[in-house]
Amino acid sequence: MKKEDYKKLVKKVSPKEPRFRNIIVAFATGGTIGLIGQIIITILTIVFGISKIEAGGWLALILIFLSTLMTALGFFDKLVTKCKCGLIIPTTGFAHSVASSALDYRNDGLITGLGANFFKLAGSVILYGVISSFILVIVKVIICG
Amino acid sequence: MIYLYSFLLSGVVCALGQIILDNTKLTPGHITSIFTVGGAILSFLGCYDFLISKFGAGATVIISNFGHMLYSSAYQGYLEEGILGIFSGMFVKSSIAITGVIVFSFIFAIIFKPKD
Repeated sequence: MKKEDYKKLVKKVSPKEPRFRNIIVAFATGGTIGLIGQIIITILTIVFGISKIEAGGWLALILIFLSTLMTALGFFDKLVTKCKCGLIIPTTGFAHSVASSALDYRNDGLITGLGANFFKLAGSVILYGVISSFILVIVKVIICG
Repeated sequence: MIYLYSFLLSGVVCALGQIILDNTKLTPGHITSIFTVGGAILSFLGCYDFLISKFGAGATVIISNFGHMLYSSAYQGYLEEGILGIFSGMFVKSSIAITGVIVFSFIFAIIFKPKD
């Protein structure tokens, strides 16, 4: 069989991604997280009387706690494969990537396994976030003096 | 009303990420990095504080907020301490997220055993 024919065959046999449904699911789950976040912020500001900025910090901690716990319990991976970007784009995705690489490499040892691979997936987010912010601050300083 | 706006913004951003994921060869790692840099750029243009005031948690739960926190705290550091402030201030606001992720992930990785 020629290479091109093989490629065609693979394309024919491999299941089609339900793209439209994926977008709707990502929209619904992502939106739900935003909605729950807003409800948590409202509850925190009313019940505990803290400022909105503090409430935002607690919200980030709550989301991170829940997603790392669910990753450790083993059912967050299934949710992520179902909802995809609905859970990857919010902070939950960041926490999930660290927690899952920590769990996966733990058996290779605390230093060479868990330690060395801890930020394997989330490292790029931190790296490019810091580099771009650094450059942008320099640009801002040059423009505004 | 802010609940609806919050739902819409985070939903639209996630749907946008899903469209990129399905139609290009980029991995989720690429997409989260792109959205983080995008957040830093929006913050640089001065839009992000408006987004947070208008859309509430919808703007703070997405990963772009991480870029916004990095940029705004680095610039805040520059205003207070000059060049050194960029380096010392970079992680001031995002420290909650990073420390939280490290602590919880480590504790749960020690307590729980990975399935399969």
